[in-house]
Amino acid sequence: MLETGLIVHLLVVITIYGILALSLNLIIGMTGLFTMGHAAFFGIGAYASAILTKLGVPWFFSMLAGVVLAALVAFLIGIPTLRLVGDYLAVVTMGLGEIMRAIFKNWISVTRGPMGLPGIPHASIFGINFNTAEKFLILSTICLAIVFIIAELIIHSPFGRVLKGIREDETASQALGKNTYRFKMISFVVGCGMAGMAGSLYAHYINYIDPTSFVMWLTFFIILIIMLGGLGNNVGALAATTVFVLLREGLRFVKLPEGLNPAALQQLIFGLLLIAVTIFLPRGLIPERKVVYPRKSGGSDDAQN
Amino acid sequence: MEILAQLLINGLIAGGTYALAAIGYSMVYGALKFINFAHGSVAMVGAYFVFGLAIGRLHMPLVPAVVLSMLLTALMGVIIERVAYRPLRGAPKLAPLTTAIAVSFVLDALVMIVAGADIKTFSLPTQRGYEIGSIFITPVQIIIIVVSVIAMACVYVLMNRTKLGKAIRAVADDANLAEVTGMDSDLVISAVFAVGSALAALAGALIGLDTNLQPTMGFNITVKAFAAVVLGGLGSVPGAIVGGFLIGVAENLGVWFIPPVWKDTIAYGILILMLFLKPSGIFGKKEEAAATVL
Repeated sequence: MLETGLIVHLLVVITIYGILALSLNLIIGMTGLFTMGHAAFFGIGAYASAILTKLGVPWFFSMLAGVVLAALVAFLIGIPTLRLVGDYLAVVTMGLGEIMRAIFKNWISVTRGPMGLPGIPHASIFGINFNTAEKFLILSTICLAIVFIIAELIIHSPFGRVLKGIREDETASQALGKNTYRFKMISFVVGCGMAGMAGSLYAHYINYIDPTSFVMWLTFFIILIIMLGGLGNNVGALAATTVFVLLREGLRFVKLPEGLNPAALQQLIFGLLLIAVTIFLPRGLIPERKVVYPRKSGGSDDAQN
Repeated sequence: MEILAQLLINGLIAGGTYALAAIGYSMVYGALKFINFAHGSVAMVGAYFVFGLAIGRLHMPLVPAVVLSMLLTALMGVIIERVAYRPLRGAPKLAPLTTAIAVSFVLDALVMIVAGADIKTFSLPTQRGYEIGSIFITPVQIIIIVVSVIAMACVYVLMNRTKLGKAIRAVADDANLAEVTGMDSDLVISAVFAVGSALAALAGALIGLDTNLQPTMGFNITVKAFAAVVLGGLGSVPGAIVGGFLIGVAENLGVWFIPPVWKDTIAYGILILMLFLKPSGIFGKKEEAAATVL
């Protein structure tokens, strides 16, 4: 019953959502910045990349442009909001999501508005054209691997430890002399740039985008994934991505009573799940590993007492 | 000039409803120092309660329908706080924000399932509008303005002339200190949610009367009320009122300069601009800008 075509498609979706989950995990999970605008940055990457390739720019450079544009918008949004406590960032990014949606929908001369952009060229690099789902899976897996390596390098670096410090107690980090604004900004800009990359992959895989692909529901879905995967845990984020993409696709095959709106039912189930997870499993199914500092040999600790 | 006056009136009508929604926002922020993202969806549910009671099988007259809806929504607000926010008090700030967003999605989904995702209108019998000079105003719009001003006056009396209002202000000022003096801060917080949600229901119903009903309308109310609250100063009730009117007027006057499809983005623009210029808002206390980390 399961054809290979479907399996490959699901794997591609998992890799793209995986990039979104890892990037959001960097921002929310590691740094504790509550952003609600991830779908907007995903959309910026998708639209920028799609429009440029349609003008004849090679895919790789279009993708880079999408990443840079997403990062630039993140930077501009970060200037006023990252100096304030987290709640402001949440609402402003939520507002950004709506502004971007209005732009995608109403800037018709560039985005074609609700009609969407059809015929987006396939991704190609070094003369290799990723024009089938199987070939595309290779490309998206490579991109996911790159993002995963970057995220892991950040987590295990001194830089990542400062990010976690900000998440746990920003004032304490400041007291230690850290310019927390700068750290938060880098984390936010890098994470949003990665979302832009995922957007480019999406656009050149589906070959069609319209404003409905970049709604806040997507951001919510990714937040649910990283909450359940365990905030700050990259492997957990990828595992939860796999589970949720399969669950979401599986829900489509469930026979519903007549007249029941499947999208609303999905929203209800996932909403209730997120409330339950936040209250009963605040650290997710696979909690972030606690950092264990090796004790100095020779029992010097005891000597201090 | 006539158009300008007309836009101003439209702005005041919309602004009154935003202000009502913003008051609840500001009260919750004052008491819990947390942004209740679900507030707009609570207002949406309140609007649907009115619709269900007045237009549905019951065919209640509008006024008792609104009052009953405010009571039901107040109860719902108290339950939401008990279930989704109270267990997370003292948890990292991220946690209640997350559940609030989840609650708003759950409420939207429930209404979509029960009432359907389509746009609904109250379709009141068409009434002749009044023309004052060259300004055109319908009886419904007059009711909206009058009701929102009366509701605001009630809030003022509640906050400044009653024991409950005093307790709410005390908890907002310093919850620990209020506890020490023998107040039950949990009870006060429940009261805040009851009052805020009832006002949200009223705001939702008035917005529904002015325009129409849609399960997704809550999100728009959330952002506009939040923009109003930031403009006026987080935690300040008079600030929320002034901010609400300013956002409503700015939106409607803005239509003069930019195409109407961009109308909804004006509130976001003002919000972001305000965060650049004065994050503590017009009436914000300086310490409240301790919201600012740097």
